[in-house]
Amino acid sequence: MAETESSEQPELSWLEGTVLPALEKSFPEEIVGCTTEVLDPWIEVRPESIASVCRFLRDDPEFHMDMLTNISAVDYFEPDPKKAKRFKYDPHLELVYHLWSTHSKRRLILKLMLPRWKNDQAGQLPEVPSVNSIWRTADWHEREIYDLMGIFFLGHPHLRRILCPEDWVGHPLRKDYEMPLEYHGIRNR
Amino acid sequence: MTMQADDPRLIEFDVRTDEMLVNMGPQHPSTHGVLRLVLRTDGEIVSETTPHIGYLHRCAEKIGENLTARQFIPYTDRMDYLAGMNMNLGWSLAVEKLLQMEIPEKGRHLRVMIVELNRIASHLLGMGAYGLDLGTFSPFLYAFREREKILDLFEAVCGARLTYSYLTIGGATHDLPPGWLQQCEAFLDQFEPNIEEYHTLLTTNQIFVKRTAGIGLLPAEMAISYGCTGPVLRGSGVDCDLRRDGEPIYTRMYEGYDFEIICERDGHYPDDYDYPPVPKEAQLGDCWHRFYVRMLEVVQSVSLIRQAMDKYSQTAGDYGIPVRFNHKLPAGEAYLETESSRGWMGFHIVSDGTAVPLRARARSGCFSNLSVIGEIGHGCLIADIPAIVGSLDLLMGEIDR
Repeated sequence: MAETESSEQPELSWLEGTVLPALEKSFPEEIVGCTTEVLDPWIEVRPESIASVCRFLRDDPEFHMDMLTNISAVDYFEPDPKKAKRFKYDPHLELVYHLWSTHSKRRLILKLMLPRWKNDQAGQLPEVPSVNSIWRTADWHEREIYDLMGIFFLGHPHLRRILCPEDWVGHPLRKDYEMPLEYHGIRNR
Repeated sequence: MTMQADDPRLIEFDVRTDEMLVNMGPQHPSTHGVLRLVLRTDGEIVSETTPHIGYLHRCAEKIGENLTARQFIPYTDRMDYLAGMNMNLGWSLAVEKLLQMEIPEKGRHLRVMIVELNRIASHLLGMGAYGLDLGTFSPFLYAFREREKILDLFEAVCGARLTYSYLTIGGATHDLPPGWLQQCEAFLDQFEPNIEEYHTLLTTNQIFVKRTAGIGLLPAEMAISYGCTGPVLRGSGVDCDLRRDGEPIYTRMYEGYDFEIICERDGHYPDDYDYPPVPKEAQLGDCWHRFYVRMLEVVQSVSLIRQAMDKYSQTAGDYGIPVRFNHKLPAGEAYLETESSRGWMGFHIVSDGTAVPLRARARSGCFSNLSVIGEIGHGCLIADIPAIVGSLDLLMGEIDR
């Protein structure tokens, strides 16, 4: 099993040489940084400006990121106090936007960090602007994240649960989620 | 498609009935599983289509956070259960990307052979079921005649006919049984001339053309904006296929293979094969084109399997030894999309350095493909809804995960 050779170097130089300077020029305050020493290099964006950065990346003829293929939400949290000692991350949520261009066939990853709860009050969902008006893919993806991970997308026209039933309580993909013992008379355990 | 006043299908345009909400599903046979569509109808015309999903939601992503990477393989089978091998491959490659692991050349050819065979099986079922949706039973039987043979081949390989768990992290669970290549060859020889039959049964069938041509128009920009992928995107004339445009770890599998990406370029399809002509009623991006792309992809897959069989038998060495079940993952994350038979299947794996991933996200192609239905199902007739749903070739297992 040989190590894969670094065939993604042109992608990396494009990210560092073209995308990052252009973004930093247009959004000097909003770009937090760029992480390149990883498998999938990403650009970190401030949560409140994700929509304007995305709109720029879609509309700028140089980038033309016309497709949002995926949004992933990741909960960095370890509920088990024994395991939490080995857990290297501060508790937070991450949203990862995977963009793709049908013209240049290039991919780009944007990331943003969110607190697990708004104002550190358990139960209050963190908020982030919706990118639904930029790519329609985001409509269902954001609904799914709201449903399963509990992130509120500001400006989404009909943010409601998509996979779980409407009256479901809680957000199942949160690490501290506890399965209800009963749902409408159906016993779970 | 919006109804025009001079549309010949409308007898009296001014006569309006009360709006009615019609529930299609979740047990409607034409909705391919448990999809529920709520149609707002004005007489026969649908003014709004709202899909309701989640009836098959098993929270596979949560399960993935509680199992090791290799233990998750059987759960990927149950996402797109008609293309289980493609799902296995998607997850395996994503984990291999995270592990920075490369499988031997022989294993790559084996994978091409297996996933393309599965793509044929999946497209055949899509074709047969589409015939059923539109009220013809025979194509389904013809499609199953061949699909059964593919399932027999898979059964010989791994013992399962639907949920294979065969391709796994590091290669495949075991090598092909002796004599399998000959059986596969015999199947392809028998199958290839039969494709003509399917074209006669459906593609050029006048009733079929009337039901599908010009229905459910999906313009390329809309398809891209909604994140439609796979045959749905290529049916709208967008030249995108991850087998060519994907990430190196995936495209390396298809290196040295000669295949064409099926999509209409400059008004015509590739013409190296005796395809039936596009009927003049058909418009790019309609149900007929989506169906046609799938039919032509089957031919490409046959050619890919033949090439893979040649390369496989000429390559010496190992097919790839799978990793252990408790193989530790390095801390970090990897996202990889593969071209499954219904669209792009993306897996995002995040690890904190233990054997169990911190996050196992599955991006399903059908999920995005279905989301466009509210847009393209606007203004069509109720009877066109099964035609549109069928042309998207949806599979609820993959949508709900």
